Amino acid sequence: MQSSYEIEQPRAAYKDYKILRWLTTVDHKEIGIMYLCMATLFFVVAGLFALLMRTQLAVANNHFLGPNIYNQVFTMHGVTMIFFVMVPALLGFQVYFIPMMIGANDTAYPRMNAFSFWITFFGGLLLYFSFAAGGAPNAGWFNYAPLNEYNYSDSPGIDYYCVGLLLAGTGTISTGVNLIVTILKYRAPGMSLKQVPLFVWMGLVNSFLIVAALPSLNAALSMLLLDRQLHAHFFNTASGGDALLWQHLFWLFGHPEVYILILPAFGIYSEVFQVFSGKRIYGYAFVAGSTVAIALLSFGVWVHHMFATGLGNTVNAFFGASSMLIGVPTGIKIFNWLGTMYGGSIRLTVSMLFAIAFLIEFTIGGLSGIAFSIIPIDWQVTDSYYVVAHLHYVFIGGSLFSVFSGLFYWFPKMSGRMLDEKLGKIFFWLMVLGFNMTFFVQHFLGLMGMPRRVYTYPDLPRFTLLNLVSSCGALLMGVAILVLFYNVYKTLKHGKPASNDPWDGFTLEWYSWALPGMKNFEEVPEVKSRRPFFDEKYPEKADWKNND
Amino acid sequence: MLVPWTQYLNSNHFYLLDYVFDSSSTQAEDINRLHVYFLFAAAFILFVVIGCTVLVLLKFRHRQGVDYQPKSLSQKWEILTIGVPMLLVIVFFVLTLKTMHRVLPEVNGRKPDVVITGHQFWWEANYPAQKVITANEIHLPAGRTILLKLLSADVIHDWWVPDFGNKMDLVSGKENYLWLNIKKPGVYHGACSEFCGAQHAGMQLTVIAEGEDDYEKWLTSHASLPAVITDTIAQIGEKLFTEKTCGNCHNISGTSNRGRDGPDLTHLASRKTLLTGLIENNKDNLGKWILKPQEIKPGAKMPDFKMDKQSADEIVAYLSSLK
Repeated sequence: MQSSYEIEQPRAAYKDYKILRWLTTVDHKEIGIMYLCMATLFFVVAGLFALLMRTQLAVANNHFLGPNIYNQVFTMHGVTMIFFVMVPALLGFQVYFIPMMIGANDTAYPRMNAFSFWITFFGGLLLYFSFAAGGAPNAGWFNYAPLNEYNYSDSPGIDYYCVGLLLAGTGTISTGVNLIVTILKYRAPGMSLKQVPLFVWMGLVNSFLIVAALPSLNAALSMLLLDRQLHAHFFNTASGGDALLWQHLFWLFGHPEVYILILPAFGIYSEVFQVFSGKRIYGYAFVAGSTVAIALLSFGVWVHHMFATGLGNTVNAFFGASSMLIGVPTGIKIFNWLGTMYGGSIRLTVSMLFAIAFLIEFTIGGLSGIAFSIIPIDWQVTDSYYVVAHLHYVFIGGSLFSVFSGLFYWFPKMSGRMLDEKLGKIFFWLMVLGFNMTFFVQHFLGLMGMPRRVYTYPDLPRFTLLNLVSSCGALLMGVAILVLFYNVYKTLKHGKPASNDPWDGFTLEWYSWALPGMKNFEEVPEVKSRRPFFDEKYPEKADWKNND
Repeated sequence: MLVPWTQYLNSNHFYLLDYVFDSSSTQAEDINRLHVYFLFAAAFILFVVIGCTVLVLLKFRHRQGVDYQPKSLSQKWEILTIGVPMLLVIVFFVLTLKTMHRVLPEVNGRKPDVVITGHQFWWEANYPAQKVITANEIHLPAGRTILLKLLSADVIHDWWVPDFGNKMDLVSGKENYLWLNIKKPGVYHGACSEFCGAQHAGMQLTVIAEGEDDYEKWLTSHASLPAVITDTIAQIGEKLFTEKTCGNCHNISGTSNRGRDGPDLTHLASRKTLLTGLIENNKDNLGKWILKPQEIKPGAKMPDFKMDKQSADEIVAYLSSLK
């Protein structure tokens, strides 16, 4: 048995790092870190785009950016944040920690792992090359037909959109396959599927979602590329194509996609809530089961993005019902996490603060989401700033907060150093304040009649006031991010060295060294419960002994 | 840019949620009633979640040196957390079905009162029974239920007047319908709500709801040809309009200008605004628009004809006489 979880790991393997080493690595931890660096890089760019947009929209009838620039900026903001920030950031954590949590030394296919990263990264670079090639895509991240066709958008941006996303999609699918095989075949002896940590369980469901959903996007992108380059007629209404076919194909991917961005987040929160409450999850089976329910339902709800396209009441009623149902398993989860904190001993670390903030922000985002499943309300609020508010509440309050939560939780294991909690708390409060300031008022703007994706707006009563509040909030979020970057920089330079197990964790990644080397484990303890490392540390209180 | 309509708008919404509580059409009334129920349910759920979170945080904070025994919540709470949301889902689904069918009943072969066609980046309104075609300032009768047929000439647009409630997309290659019963006359502001290209933001929408008499009067005046031009400068302008090929895109009834790709200009001078409400309709603005269209509405389909000031003035004189 490995008795060395307190022993300082020899860091020799990390001593003489050279660029070449990063370029050629197949180690899942290094690839995970590269995913996070890639996400950070694109986050900075897309975040600056967001600030440009909020500057443009700060006052009515502004001429800071023209429509041509603004439409490229908002499109690139959306595409980048979704495909090259949130997906890689969450995949980064999964690629890094799923093998460690199941007691494996790497993913099943390390070379494919590296391939996935690089092809995703190159996809992102190709997308950005469009700026040099004559103009970035400018038809929004969901790029509706027939506006995406050559006769309406003749700049090459949309061709780069197609090819860039095809490459990134290929990378994401192969990571999905890799993680499925890793989780199914590489678990430590004794660890049944009912005992894997929830982060791993969510990763498994999420990987199946990726593998099932992305092909629909890839098909749509290929068809669009054929339309644009070879004059096929899939979506070109002028020559008999179908504009709504694009929407069906896109949202058949797109709705599972938003769950691809939230399920790993649920996984991170589940771990964080447990560890910082000092308690096992309340209702493991419910959390895991409701995730499967969400994943299955997610393939039957896509039309709720299309309630206003005139598909008819019968179709709308079906998809309205399925969309409302998704609220149920999601609601269960909120109460499972509350139940986990109940009766625990809650430590308010930065990681935990983000998890708690998530509970409330995500409830707001979830409730405004339910509004879209109530079809008549959807008719009123869809395509307005209400949608912008809703999607940022779930993407930021849900997914991005999980990345911050995971970053503060796992940073010790990734760098061997502890992030500064005091700076972290400043960052947290600035972020939460800025975020709510930016997006809460947008609910009202939507209800008042401001459509989304407008580069400017008329000076209607109170439009400028609310937009100005929103823009100030965005600035505050920008400051918060600077505080985070300073924190990371300071920590990497001279942060407090971390022990192997700084948070009194439950899962196997904390059993490894403070900074794991090429090999994660010499050996792993026998897994008899859902908290193998807890059992190892507290044999008298071990989960498998008392089954309460 | 300037929206001269702001001063005429009859909605005097002051509080932020007035848009939900105050409706100008019976469709919006139905939708907003449901919306208010939803807001109450949502506020209740949010209140419960925030309340539970705060209570749990107050009660179960980690205390240094205090040995704690983890407590578990009883499993019956899980039944409750499924039961209550499930109940709410059923209630709201039933309400959804009822409201949906009231707001958007079947068309059943009824002829549309007005056919609206979305163009990049303006609106065409066609009154088939009266053979009237106009653009951007859409006159509709108040006090009775009318049926709008929605079409698109190019990409997808979306009809939305917030005071009237529901949106409906204008999809190329598809016919969509929308029922509307405007409660009282007035000027209502809306906008295209589906991203449709460079000037999506510049595709505002104005509905002028009128009582039956005014509406009939408007229709009659627009069904007839504009008065004969007597002014000499305007007569030069009329000739120039054809010579400069304006008529390839714009229609002026009673002349050889039959274009349908741009807004119908037959009664242009009777409109209060230009460019879907972005600027006021006066000679000055019209002249600027003809001379520098891409500066006023960048991305609009109106090309810059590199016209000299004098020609522009003559065309403006002509267009301003089209009452």
